Amino acid sequence: MVKAFVLAAEGAPNPILPHVSEIILGTIAFLVLLFVLWKYAVPRFEKLYEERVEAIEGGIEKAEKAQAEAEQARQQFNAQLAEARTEAAKIRDDARLESERIREDLRAEAEAEAARIVAAGEAQLEARRAQIVAELRSELGRNSIDLASRIVGESLEDEARRKGTVDRFLAELDAAGATN
Amino acid sequence: MSAGPENRKEPSLGALVLAEGGEFSPPGVEEFFFPPLVGGITKPMVLAVLALLICVSFYLIATRNLKVVPSKFQFAAESVYDLCRNTIAREQIGSKEFRPFVPLILALFSFILVNNVFGILPVIYFPTLSHIGYAIAMSVLVVYPVYHIAGMRKHGVGRYLKNQLFPPGVPKAVYILLTPIEFFTKFVANPLTLAIRVFAAMLAGHLLLLVFTLGGEYLLIEASAALKPVSIISWAFVIVITFLEALVLVIQAYVFAVLSASYIGAALADEH
Repeated sequence: MVKAFVLAAEGAPNPILPHVSEIILGTIAFLVLLFVLWKYAVPRFEKLYEERVEAIEGGIEKAEKAQAEAEQARQQFNAQLAEARTEAAKIRDDARLESERIREDLRAEAEAEAARIVAAGEAQLEARRAQIVAELRSELGRNSIDLASRIVGESLEDEARRKGTVDRFLAELDAAGATN
Repeated sequence: MSAGPENRKEPSLGALVLAEGGEFSPPGVEEFFFPPLVGGITKPMVLAVLALLICVSFYLIATRNLKVVPSKFQFAAESVYDLCRNTIAREQIGSKEFRPFVPLILALFSFILVNNVFGILPVIYFPTLSHIGYAIAMSVLVVYPVYHIAGMRKHGVGRYLKNQLFPPGVPKAVYILLTPIEFFTKFVANPLTLAIRVFAAMLAGHLLLLVFTLGGEYLLIEASAALKPVSIISWAFVIVITFLEALVLVIQAYVFAVLSASYIGAALADEH
């Protein structure tokens, strides 16, 4: 009917009346396109979208992880720094103590040395004194005997008697010194 | 434009004679009905198939090796897909149910866009959809059943019809007036207006281009020497209108896709 109408109005066909052949062709062409898009293009795009979402989320996750790692490294570094500082302080203190100790040791050593020298000097002095006392004692004995012989005017021949007399005198002398 | 003048003379010998005699016969709808190229095959038929091939190969090539970081070509294809998927389908149908309809919206937008671009593409210069048959094929034979069937499958036939024809929140008496209007809108007017909108825009836009092109040609050949330069103005208008057409043809493809999606969305909506 449509075709008859178009043929009848050949001069100026009515554009509002569709040709059946065009409707059929248009429908088929469109459905073919729809099928291709439904079957191939759209699923591929959707897959891409999912991949992209994953990639972005993965990227964010990775960035967060990196940030956390950096933060951890920073804390570790700070901790190490603090540790190093306390260590340094400790070493400094130790060094100070050590120097104190060394100084103390040296002083003690010097004092001991001094004491030793003094003691040695004293011992020497004592020895000298003892020697001198002994010498003096024998000298005194001899002199006393000489003096006594002179005073008495007689030589005390008897060695044993003389010795006993002098020793007794000296012991008396010592005893007198001890009681004083 | 290439085939315009010769064919223009063909349908009516009277017009030819008048033109020879110096009269200007403005181009009419007969410009859109050429004799078949071979057998029963007409120019818009060839163009519809060509558009199909362009769309199919474009999407198949573009999606053959999709990368997470897109190339420029992939980015272009993705932009179109993104427009149809997120801007049109998801906005109109709702984020829960739009997924199955994305291929339809993408096919509508791409196919109409390519066919419309033919209208301003040199050498081809013919918008396929200025023949209403192609628009009806998509609106009446594809979109119309799709949204009704989608609605009936979701709600069941009875509840779907009740949803569509008896919108809630209206006084009972108003249904006497409202229900026939709703019925006419949903079951008669929507698919037809969808087809007519794009068809009329393409027909009128192309006719406008023809008027200025042929008018300029007529002025150049037939007008007196003083008026001949006016043809340049006429052709300048052709360029301006071509840019306008470029805008219109994209808008028409977009509107067709948006309205189809909105019909689907309305059919799926729980309460109208």
